[in-house]
Amino acid sequence: MELRRSDIILSRLAAGPSILLLFVWMVVPLAMTIYFSFLNYNLLEPGMEQWTGLLNYEFFFTDPAFGKALLNTLVMVGMIIILSVILGLLTAVLLNQDFWGRGITRVLAISPFFIMPTVSALLWKNMLMHPVSGFFAWLFDLVNLEPIDWLADFPLGSIIMMITWQWVPFAALILLTSLQSLDESQVEAAKIDGAGPIRMFLYITVPHLMRSVVVVILIESIFLLTIFAEIFVTTGGGPGLETTNIAFLVYSQALLQFDVGGAAAGGVVAVILANIVAVFLMRMIGKNLD
Amino acid sequence: MANKKNYQKTLFTCTGWFVSLLLFFPIFWMIHTSFKTELDAFSMPPRFFFFDATLENYGIVQERSNYFHFALNSVILSFGSTLLGLLIAIPAAWAMAFRPSKRTRGTLMWILSTKMMPPVGVLVPLYLIFRDFKLLDTRIGLTIILMLINLPIIVWMLYTYFKEVPHPLLEAARLDGANLWQEIRHVLVPITFGGIASTFLLSVIFAWNEAFWTLNLTASDAAPLTAFIASYSSPEGLFWAKLSAASTMAVAPILIFGWFSQRQLVQGMTFGAVK
Amino acid sequence: MKKIIANLTTLATAMVFAFAALAQTKLTIGTVNNSDMVRMQGLVDDFKSKNPGIELVWVTLEENVLRQRVTMDIATKGGQFDVMTIGTYEVPIWSKKGWLVPLAFDAAYDVDDILPAIRSGLTLDGKLYAAPFYGESSMIMYRKDLVAGVNMKMPQQPTWGQVYEIAKAIHEQDNGTYGICLRGKAGWGENGAFITTLSNAFGARWFDEKWKPQFNQPEWRHALSFYVDLMNKYGPPGASSNGFNENLALFNSGKCGMWIDATVAASFVTNPKESKVHDKVDFAQAPCAVTCRGSNWLWAWSLAIPAGSQQSDAAMKFISWATSKAYLELVASKEGWANVPPGTRTSLYKNPQYLNAAPFAQMTLNSINSADPVTGTLKPKPYVGVQFAAIPEFQGLGTSVGQQFSAALTGKVTVQQALENAQRIADRVMRKGGYY
Repeated sequence: MELRRSDIILSRLAAGPSILLLFVWMVVPLAMTIYFSFLNYNLLEPGMEQWTGLLNYEFFFTDPAFGKALLNTLVMVGMIIILSVILGLLTAVLLNQDFWGRGITRVLAISPFFIMPTVSALLWKNMLMHPVSGFFAWLFDLVNLEPIDWLADFPLGSIIMMITWQWVPFAALILLTSLQSLDESQVEAAKIDGAGPIRMFLYITVPHLMRSVVVVILIESIFLLTIFAEIFVTTGGGPGLETTNIAFLVYSQALLQFDVGGAAAGGVVAVILANIVAVFLMRMIGKNLD
Repeated sequence: MANKKNYQKTLFTCTGWFVSLLLFFPIFWMIHTSFKTELDAFSMPPRFFFFDATLENYGIVQERSNYFHFALNSVILSFGSTLLGLLIAIPAAWAMAFRPSKRTRGTLMWILSTKMMPPVGVLVPLYLIFRDFKLLDTRIGLTIILMLINLPIIVWMLYTYFKEVPHPLLEAARLDGANLWQEIRHVLVPITFGGIASTFLLSVIFAWNEAFWTLNLTASDAAPLTAFIASYSSPEGLFWAKLSAASTMAVAPILIFGWFSQRQLVQGMTFGAVK
Repeated sequence: MKKIIANLTTLATAMVFAFAALAQTKLTIGTVNNSDMVRMQGLVDDFKSKNPGIELVWVTLEENVLRQRVTMDIATKGGQFDVMTIGTYEVPIWSKKGWLVPLAFDAAYDVDDILPAIRSGLTLDGKLYAAPFYGESSMIMYRKDLVAGVNMKMPQQPTWGQVYEIAKAIHEQDNGTYGICLRGKAGWGENGAFITTLSNAFGARWFDEKWKPQFNQPEWRHALSFYVDLMNKYGPPGASSNGFNENLALFNSGKCGMWIDATVAASFVTNPKESKVHDKVDFAQAPCAVTCRGSNWLWAWSLAIPAGSQQSDAAMKFISWATSKAYLELVASKEGWANVPPGTRTSLYKNPQYLNAAPFAQMTLNSINSADPVTGTLKPKPYVGVQFAAIPEFQGLGTSVGQQFSAALTGKVTVQQALENAQRIADRVMRKGGYY
């Protein structure tokens, strides 16, 4: 299609508002954040702001929590994505079979996706994982096992479990849709060729699903990089630093220490990290999306 | 053969129900707890059937905080921000899908990456801006923020749907003398309606569950259900039953909304990933 | 285009004015979701009938969230709240910065009736900056049936050694009852507060006179080792995520033999509606070790008015009402004397009806009176506060250090390692804060 000059102008005009808005949304707070990151600015000491150069960055990078938080962030994002894709795939395959009450089970299975993160965290922490009166403790009691103290003994694992629960339905939903569009004739052809169910799954279903898996990974990583509510409600980043991720570290600087300068430096670092991940993801995914 | 088929179907029915119930169980448990008394809620072993079912918790919660005020705000904020977002995103996605330039891909990536920064990093700057523009605790201010937060996802989803639309269709409309507005309104939107609807649904869900800005930029007037929950999350005294009741109330509208729109959601959830 | 902008501006201005007009009669009160405050919200009809034209809007939030919101708002002068519920930690810092309006009450209010220990914590240069809504210290709550069952006796003010012995004796005696429940959940107001009082009793302090952190001192090591040992042997599982609430729930369901925590808990654990063990509880003062100084904390949730509030007159009326003697009587008439907000007024502890209804009254009063925020430790300290240091850095610092304590409790790190980490964290924060 030949591009006319008026077309170009038109498309600029059309795309303009949202790009401009996003630009403002991104740039104005970011510029302020960058500016603050060079100040010694504690919210509780207003009027004392001074230029401190890179001091905030130095403190953020030398913070003993920084390395751990970075690691935790990557572990959380990685594990949750892997788990939710695998479990989501299994769920999707299962819900794609023909059985009694399939419609209702689908509705039930996707429900966790609609639950507020805060509510889900409160629910898991108090009613399920509580080592004395939680539901899991009761299950362990039934089989005469010592109840597990989830949030103390497996803090990171518990958080991962909790968030995976929220995202499995999302993965299942997308993969289920994708499964339903699987070309029946291809399947039949493979059947006639004598392919077993496992081979069929590996050579026909999985390649067909790749694009959807990529979409799941992309969307989830966007949300998972900034996980905060679940950690805030359940472990508060602890015990020790076991569940502190970058978002929580920045939070503790901004809203516990009210160290605006330090939090701003942390925010800038997080933005840079996010962009590295984004570039990485786009490289990986770009091929799959065109 | 028929026997084997029946056997298979039974097997799938059992596992299918088992997995679904497993996934749903925490929510069931929450709803279940909300009908218990505080002492029963905490008692061990848990009582499944023989407890004095009570609506007391719901009564207490409603008496303490005006649920409908918060719920109304949630509805206004999530639907308002989504509609506003669609209004802005449709032309943008149109331009990116049908009039791509060299920078389109880069722009798209960049738009998505804006979602990856931890919001708390920009809280103070934004709070100051909101204070100066008198937007703190207003629905307008929060609608704009939620719209901006979801805009990347909206633009990107719409882009993937629009890209599937064959160009000649739009060209034909153009040749018939339709202007841009008519082209979008009468050709593009009807064709991609499924995708737009599911974008809409997803954005509403995300906006409803957003718990950082909605908590930090509101006090009372614009406070949605996330703030409602924050007043029950860990008070003094026994609180599991009341917390469960409040939680059930907070998630019920979106859960029911999700159930009813599930078919639509599934239909559009392909992100153009399914050919 | 210009016209649109002009229109939008007019619209925006109109809306701003509309909101301002609405706000004139509206008092926004930020408060924590503790039951005394929730009870107050049910009783405001009395205030409204006495003060027509003032509309009350409640923003009830969980403690940590509330603290973030009000601190953010007052520091940026956001003006979202007309009355704020704040603690003994904030008042000295904020009043020094001039962020709070000094409160002047009329004679009927009887300021001199406020308990001196509480009042001194809310006063700067002779001016009261916040009015206490309820006050608390910490004390021991224990199951007298269990202690009697093992033929032991709880002294009025035991030592930590005695507490250890009793915990050992009653642990697991009754099926599923743990010897002692203590806070383990990380947070400066959670395990930070409790462990600080415990270590005060062992002679420790947060900072020396030159603001150097003291976690490398033997007193801290003794205190923390003692705590970890006691909890691992005779505490409940999951102690590292137990805060006030979690322990209250445990105690009320009969799972704890002993619990050392806020005095306000006394009215919950003796309430038959909430507690399975309401008739089996007795009280003692918080344990001492090498000293009794600083072994029990002091806290008051108080109401204050942010400087620059447009409605400080109406706010003043509200605070006078909510913290008055008449309010105590109002609660008593509606909900019974045992449920009035405790720990603020001397007259309450002379009221025979209250003393009758609240078996914990005397112990609460003794505990509050014995707490001294200014000279609360064995060795001299530069900071105000028993279970905290009233400096802006403390919230963040106390929480990070609390994380280390809770990690030590779970066994993720050793006591030695936790204290070394705490020392390093504190040193960084104090250096960044420019204390040395």
